[in-house]
Amino acid sequence: MGNDVFQLVLDSFPKIILPGLTLTLPLTAVSFLFALIIAVACAMIQFANIKVLKQIVRGYIWIMRGTPLLIQLYVVFFGLPSVGIIIDPIPSAILVFSLNEGAYCAETIRGAMESVPKGQIEAGYCTGMSYMQIMFHVVLPQAFKTAFPALSNSLIGMVKDMSLTANIAVSEMFFRTQRIISQHYHALAFYLELALIYLLFCTVLTFLQRFVEKKLDVSRRKPKAVELPPEGGMP
Amino acid sequence: MIRVSGLKKTFDGLTVLDGIDFSIEKGDVVAVIGASGSGKTTFLRCLNFLEKADSGLLEFDGRTYDLSAMKKKEIRELRMKTGFVFQGFHLFENKTALDNVTAGLVYARKVPKKTALARAMTALETVGLSDRAGHYPHQLSGGQQQRVAIARAMVTEPELIYFDEPTSALDPELTGEVLNVMRSLAENRMTMIVVTHEMSFARNVANRIVFMDGGKIVEEGEPEAFFRQPSTERARAFIAGAMERERNSEEQEA
Repeated sequence: MGNDVFQLVLDSFPKIILPGLTLTLPLTAVSFLFALIIAVACAMIQFANIKVLKQIVRGYIWIMRGTPLLIQLYVVFFGLPSVGIIIDPIPSAILVFSLNEGAYCAETIRGAMESVPKGQIEAGYCTGMSYMQIMFHVVLPQAFKTAFPALSNSLIGMVKDMSLTANIAVSEMFFRTQRIISQHYHALAFYLELALIYLLFCTVLTFLQRFVEKKLDVSRRKPKAVELPPEGGMP
Repeated sequence: MIRVSGLKKTFDGLTVLDGIDFSIEKGDVVAVIGASGSGKTTFLRCLNFLEKADSGLLEFDGRTYDLSAMKKKEIRELRMKTGFVFQGFHLFENKTALDNVTAGLVYARKVPKKTALARAMTALETVGLSDRAGHYPHQLSGGQQQRVAIARAMVTEPELIYFDEPTSALDPELTGEVLNVMRSLAENRMTMIVVTHEMSFARNVANRIVFMDGGKIVEEGEPEAFFRQPSTERARAFIAGAMERERNSEEQEA
């Protein structure tokens, strides 16, 4: 009997991990990318203190952080059709996850932008740079470094939260596991297997995070070798 | 070259600048001195629009601007013609010394990268740091950081460089290297306005002293005459105090 369960778990492994690789991770990657774009835009609007837009951004963050992710998914997938807006499961998932995560990351990035010393912005102005140039060449690169650990947290969180999309018929890992259990029982064994696969994904991401963090850490950097252009006219 | 008249600035009802009239000619090195809180730094920051003046006129290269109603474009045009060196260096911490110096050329002035690099290296050489070009700010001493900041200010070939207490954040043994760089800039006829507590620099390098007190320019003149025989009581008291402090610190060192 024990052997049978073991065999079942082993056989189901590719069936569970495959949708992980084809759905969970790609959905996370796409959603997180959109979330970052939304977050940077929202953070910059707040940082620059643009009057009306700032209020809109605040309202958006307030709603997204103040309501459960699962309910947001339900509103979009099960709720919107009743007003004639029908969105497929996967676009629904991307829409909700981008908007939800975008709100959290906006606050992370805004906080990191505030931590860049104001003097550097003044120095940027004094060299003749425009506000946007200062943002993209001075403030955001430093803010991104500061925000990176928190952003990585969000990313890892999103991988796991993607299991919520099983509720709106995205046939990702959790969804498939539930199907397998309805055929073979052994809920404990299959759910543990699923948990282990999530753990595997997140472990890889954690290692990736550490690697990139080291790359970003200016204080660990060696002085750059300076290569001068040949016709620079320098001795 | 620059003429300021009627410059006023208040912070929350507190008058910091109370009607400043000031002018500087090309090649002048003006040292602005005075006690803390006399408005020296605010004066300098108003000239480069880091603080918005309440009122006042600025004449720059023959054009007159209303300091209280500057357009963004005008501010940027004028900043393109000047450099600014801060007390706290304010180097871009994500960039190497070289990239700090090229930023104003490459981003703000769209100078081709190759030209910018060559000019930046020349500037770094002038401040004696061409061997530190690839270093990040945190890998440099305070004096080195300030010299990079000076290179960043001069690389754009400005008509004028503002210095806001450039040595005040430095350990005493590091002020010399920064003052030397400034002295050689002065010798090369760079126009400079220097807010400073370094009396010997003011006396030996500047060709005019501006003494501020209570948000006003109380006295100005040639360094020798000013230090030997200040005409106002407040300037006399300030110089006496400064001399005393310098003697004391010399005694402490000895």
